Amino acid sequence: MTATTGPVRPTPLRFPLPIGGVAGTSFKHEHLGAILEAGRQRGFFEVHAENYMGAGGPPHRALEAIRRYHPLSLHGVCMSIGGPQPLDKAHLARFRGLVARYQPALVSEHLAWSTHATSFFNDLLPLPYTAATLRHVCDHIDQMQEAIRRPILLENPSTYLAFAESTISETDFIRSVAERTGCSLLLDVNNVFVSATNHGFSALDYLADFPLSRVGEIHLAGHDAQSDDDGEPLLIDSHDGPVADAVWKLYEIVIERCGPVPTLIEWDSKIPDWPVLQAEAAAAQAILDRCGITVPAEDRHAA
Amino acid sequence: MPPEPVCFAAAFAPGLLDPDCRVPQVVTGPNGKAAGKRYDVYRNNVTVSLIDALAAIYPAVQRITGTDFFRAMARFHVRSSPPTSPLLFEYGRGFPDFIAQYEHAQTMPWLADVARIERAWLDAYHARDATPLDPAQLGAVAPERLADLVLIPHPAAQIVRSDYSAVTIFAANRESAPVDRIDASTPEDALITRPGFDVIVRHLPAGGAVFATCLTQGRTLGEAAALALEASADFDIAVNIAGLVEAGAFTSIDFGDA
Amino acid sequence: MSAKNTVTTLVLAGAVSTALATLAVAGPLTKAEADAAMAAKKEKCFGVALKGQNDCAAGPGTTCQGTSTADFQGNAWKFVQGGTCTSIELPNGKKGSLKPV
Repeated sequence: MTATTGPVRPTPLRFPLPIGGVAGTSFKHEHLGAILEAGRQRGFFEVHAENYMGAGGPPHRALEAIRRYHPLSLHGVCMSIGGPQPLDKAHLARFRGLVARYQPALVSEHLAWSTHATSFFNDLLPLPYTAATLRHVCDHIDQMQEAIRRPILLENPSTYLAFAESTISETDFIRSVAERTGCSLLLDVNNVFVSATNHGFSALDYLADFPLSRVGEIHLAGHDAQSDDDGEPLLIDSHDGPVADAVWKLYEIVIERCGPVPTLIEWDSKIPDWPVLQAEAAAAQAILDRCGITVPAEDRHAA
Repeated sequence: MPPEPVCFAAAFAPGLLDPDCRVPQVVTGPNGKAAGKRYDVYRNNVTVSLIDALAAIYPAVQRITGTDFFRAMARFHVRSSPPTSPLLFEYGRGFPDFIAQYEHAQTMPWLADVARIERAWLDAYHARDATPLDPAQLGAVAPERLADLVLIPHPAAQIVRSDYSAVTIFAANRESAPVDRIDASTPEDALITRPGFDVIVRHLPAGGAVFATCLTQGRTLGEAAALALEASADFDIAVNIAGLVEAGAFTSIDFGDA
Repeated sequence: MSAKNTVTTLVLAGAVSTALATLAVAGPLTKAEADAAMAAKKEKCFGVALKGQNDCAAGPGTTCQGTSTADFQGNAWKFVQGGTCTSIELPNGKKGSLKPV
């Protein structure tokens, strides 16, 4: 039998419990050295689950090193929950294995689809909000939660267009999904701002309709501004820069309403040096510490 | 069984990788506005992210051809062969063969082999962790049993053969240092291993590829050595055994059905 | 494929013992042997950044990269600049140009 060098676990994995009002960042391998050098620190790290679905090698070594001292958030980007076709069983099994191995504090996926027939499109594609798609999304979340044996956080999308056939508002759709499946919600505040601009609705109205009591994680990210066919602003969810001022403002409002919630700074392309990312997380932490302390947890759940 | 939902995905998907497809009728901008540019955002995300994935997996190929050529070539491949796995690091297995056929790459007959080494590099990177063979295990085998010995390959170990100087071209172009003149005409075979956490690409000597391939296919040491000697009179058994063991190409030894 | 000849036990035992001696004394093959033979250059590990990563960022927005149908054919000359292929030569003096043959 081959001797394998399995995961090295000098200390038992911790942080299975809620991590509270802490700001975290995306984990990028180029920052590994700086992060490890700093040692144990407040915060958490989020990774895209799929990048750790290989059998072995440096990705797992890096994730083990990070996980040793920090809570982890596992963020799936291609389960294709929002698509009409059945979930990929092999992918569910891989996801389950990863959850079992790393015991993340948070597990999330998107209200979107990315696979159709046999093609994987590598993008978070939009879906119409109808009774039929609601049923499918709920079935898929049930299936995923059963596979990984814990509830997930479902993330609201940023979208660039709508479907003529939609009959349900996005917030009603998301509320129904959460009620029927018992999942929690990942509120991406930048996505709210991007979609509000792109579809001409009020971000504040959206937040007023959003089931904030179910929010278990928040995402903040940078976006890019372009224009649509009529020359009107079209925001792109690019994750390639600092969080916009307007998004910070919305974030403060959210934290004032729902108390301290783990908050992630997402930065996926044009990745800056570690101190820049750290500073964005510190800015979120300051808001969490300032605005989030007045709301007792009971009030949140009573909502 | 609930009724099948209206297949919005079947309407939305075809245009993502086919620019000749019109904007799907099922989508709209706010208040019924045109959604052309809005749909284009998705087309761009899909096309560009998949080209970027190929560029990340095949950086030496991109450096050799230059970015513009690479992206044009990659776009043809992305459109004709989108990924079938949601794991992006699995993408592009068909790209070396595509390059070999690609009309405008015919003047670079070594390019497909460089791509094969890059693909093998990434597979080695993600391969299952395993401890390489301890040479002492080999030393403990009685001389008369050596010919029947079978070596169990390491999960990361791969061999890529080339009629061109693919290893030299690969090595020069995975770095950013200037590339001096390279004679592409010397056949070079690559051994790709990952004994610890670093992927290592080596150049196999004469007969080495036949020897290593036979061993990884489960042939005995005696057979592999004989076949390698037939393939190349210059084949040096000791150097090749030492090199393969040192590279971490194996994990353990076995005696077949013995 | 089957071997026409066999390698004798003596030759094999000698080779294995030489191989083990090489490994024991020099660890990795010495530079001279390495250059002449197998381990050649122990190539650097060519970076450890993840390649081919999944992420959830949107790309270039409304640019035309996803919609362009411009065929590469006929434009090949535009792409000659920028690559290292012009340093890579075949014996008849043909360089790896990007022009159509």
